[in-house]
Amino acid sequence: MAEKLFMIALSPTMEQGTIHKWHIKEGDKFSTGDILCDVETDKTTMEYEAPDDAVLLKIIVQAGGQASVGQTIAIYGENDDEITDLLNEIKQENEGGSETKEADKKDTDKEDTARDMKETQPESDTGVSESDSGNRIIASPLARRIADEKGIDLRSIKGSGPKGRIVKRDVETFKPPVQTSVTSNLTVSNEDVIIPLSDKRTIIAKRLGESKYSAPHFYLTLKADMTRLMEARSRFNDAHPENKTSLNAWIMKLSAEALKKHPEVNASWNKNSILRFAHADMGLAVAQKDGLITPLVKAVELKKVSQVDEELKVLIDKAKNNKLTPEEYTGATFTISNLGAWGIEEFTAIINPPGSAILALGAIQKTPVVINDQIVIRPMMSMTLSCDHRVIDGATGADFMKTLKSYMEDPALALT
Amino acid sequence: MSEFNYDLIIIGAGPGGYVSAIRATQLGMKVAVIEKDSPGGVCLNWGCIPSKSLISQAQKFTYLKDLENMGIKTDTSGFNYESVYKKSRLAATKLSKGVEFLLKKNNIELIKGTAKISEKTTVTVDENKQYTAKNILIATGSRPKLIPGLEFDEEGILSSTGALSLKTLPESMAIIGAGAIGAEFAYILSSFGVQVHLIEMLDTILPLEDKDVSDILAKAFKKNKIKIYTSTKAGISQKLNAGYKVKLEADGKSDMIEVEKILVAVGRAPNSEDLGLEELGIKTDRGFIETGDYYETSVPGIYAIGDVINTPLLAHVASKEGEIAVEYIAGKGHEKRIDPTLIPGAVYTEPQIASFGYTEAKAKEAGYPVKIYSFPYRGAGKAVAVEEPEGLVKLVCHEETHEILGAHIAGKDATELIHELLLARKAELLPEDIATMIHAHPTLSEAVMEAARGILGEAIHI
Repeated sequence: MAEKLFMIALSPTMEQGTIHKWHIKEGDKFSTGDILCDVETDKTTMEYEAPDDAVLLKIIVQAGGQASVGQTIAIYGENDDEITDLLNEIKQENEGGSETKEADKKDTDKEDTARDMKETQPESDTGVSESDSGNRIIASPLARRIADEKGIDLRSIKGSGPKGRIVKRDVETFKPPVQTSVTSNLTVSNEDVIIPLSDKRTIIAKRLGESKYSAPHFYLTLKADMTRLMEARSRFNDAHPENKTSLNAWIMKLSAEALKKHPEVNASWNKNSILRFAHADMGLAVAQKDGLITPLVKAVELKKVSQVDEELKVLIDKAKNNKLTPEEYTGATFTISNLGAWGIEEFTAIINPPGSAILALGAIQKTPVVINDQIVIRPMMSMTLSCDHRVIDGATGADFMKTLKSYMEDPALALT
Repeated sequence: MSEFNYDLIIIGAGPGGYVSAIRATQLGMKVAVIEKDSPGGVCLNWGCIPSKSLISQAQKFTYLKDLENMGIKTDTSGFNYESVYKKSRLAATKLSKGVEFLLKKNNIELIKGTAKISEKTTVTVDENKQYTAKNILIATGSRPKLIPGLEFDEEGILSSTGALSLKTLPESMAIIGAGAIGAEFAYILSSFGVQVHLIEMLDTILPLEDKDVSDILAKAFKKNKIKIYTSTKAGISQKLNAGYKVKLEADGKSDMIEVEKILVAVGRAPNSEDLGLEELGIKTDRGFIETGDYYETSVPGIYAIGDVINTPLLAHVASKEGEIAVEYIAGKGHEKRIDPTLIPGAVYTEPQIASFGYTEAKAKEAGYPVKIYSFPYRGAGKAVAVEEPEGLVKLVCHEETHEILGAHIAGKDATELIHELLLARKAELLPEDIATMIHAHPTLSEAVMEAARGILGEAIHI
């Protein structure tokens, strides 16, 4: 019996994904575990594994197409299976232009998803409408007229009528496509440009918006003298030229040690309680070309700097290639964000849930400071800790920063 | 092994119930239907079918005049209305047996008795036998509504059932209520020579239809010596030996008529009593069972369709509602409820009336900029050739997009012609599509084509 293949939530927060590439074509047989397609989400690209041994009967969402979690992306079954009923169902489900986004689908149980599909209207795929042989767009005369009047290109509308026909409702609920103006090198364009939101951008906006608006942020800044730390790192790297460590790995390790001393900072607001994490799972904010992601190293307090650095290297590489798995970027209990390479002197970061604090590092600058009433030049780095006041009070945060500064300025102290 | 006797128990074997039953079986369900009377419900037994038989015979009776015009001498002294009545019963019985056969053929258990829902998944029949089902569908229909003071005795004061049971014709009849039912009986009785007084509380007969269309019927009725009283209330002033004195009040003034019998056709009331609804928490509103998407009631797993819910009281509506509910139960649901603008209404008088969607008045009320065009039947050659020129095809379209918002036809075969226009609305076709399609000549359908052309300003035969 033919069955629907649904877009499943390949990560806890995934709400929709884009089919990057189908690995098999209609008519191909596949076995459980085979990779059917690559799915791009807000954070990364993941592989969709076959749930069963079967034949791919029909691809519903083509490469490049978007599907919400729970939406049908293909039909599979046995070679002779009748699929017209399912196809009709799917057309009905993808009722045109609905703007209601499905609720966060944590449930990947197919049965529940199938039942949910009956109740909810998945966000419509605004891809090209199916056409007959050749380039004819199937649309009712009324729909054509309305599209004409509104100046809408029928090719950008997906039809919800019989056999994918575009009907009045599809045209009336259609959101106009993005306008991008072409700017020539010679002339100045006066038009504002609208950039469509990528999944990643949407998620960043949502999560960080939520974080900022729910956690009452306050900020603690101080500067640390990086002389000794930089020296320690230098000596290690010289001794291990094949395994040179990054400064971030050292800072991450020292922060984890500081958290060991101040477990109140390695905690999370849990609505009716405060959750104190067992380990310091340290996240590092990594810039990507279209966004930002925070891969994490687990239980840093138990690991050596070299190990932390090794893991970070792998993670950062994956991050830059959109290859992180959800476990690799979700759940950091404390995050470090370093904009020093950009020359930023000091900044305040937004807390990355589930953590209650985030450490923002500025550039290391040779700065005149006063030591023993003398002005000397020291490499100073600004550190700003953003704290969630529901969990961390000023003094608590300050204590942590004091400890951290002491470790940064004299790393050997972290051993005590 | 299912824990239930059936996947679905349907209460009522009318057009709602039996169609749902058959559809459910097609979808693989095990179904039982409980019916306390004859299968087929009111429609087959005391409604649509016998009335159409009477109408057809009434129409044939009116051809006497045409035969006389051909020089044929006719002798109506032997006219026996009981034979007319018997034929209508024959049609009803035939079709009722037909339904029984269909149910049997589809392995649907037909249980005779009066049903009450005792529990969410249990139906008790005749307070005796119990049957369990995963889902229950209530399709108990409706009955003629009575007016206090004019309660039916089915002798002198008749409901539609009594009117269908007449074995002899009265000399005169007051028909209170000029909706489809009242109008159809007015046609039947007047065709057989009964003096008909058609009384309506609102300002026009067929108050739900477009005014232009009900005007055509009013005109035809008047021509056939039916006395029409609109904006009038009626009450019995005095019971006579062989009839009644009926007081008519309109506009502060009153009048008196004497009639042999009275037919009360003021609407139909839902059969929702004694079903156990209250105990189960199934919500009703003035007797009608409240339903949501897929016609599910306030109790999940229990559905209600047809005349017992507050949707147009039409057989085809009941059937479609039943299908929607059943398809949802089978997991194949997509349509949630019927689009009311796609329900055709039909009145089988001569001339016939058929319509769907917005009347001109309602479209304007809803705020649509409208474009109206009415094409008279006499512009179509066929209508003139067969001496049926009284009628019109009226299109109510959206001024800018020409979307067909409603269509109204009065005239011969209106109830068939309406479907071309209904299909157009359903498939979102435009008047252009109808106007440019070749219609066979000579047909009444050309009037439909011309009405469409008229919207474009291109009608020819006018």
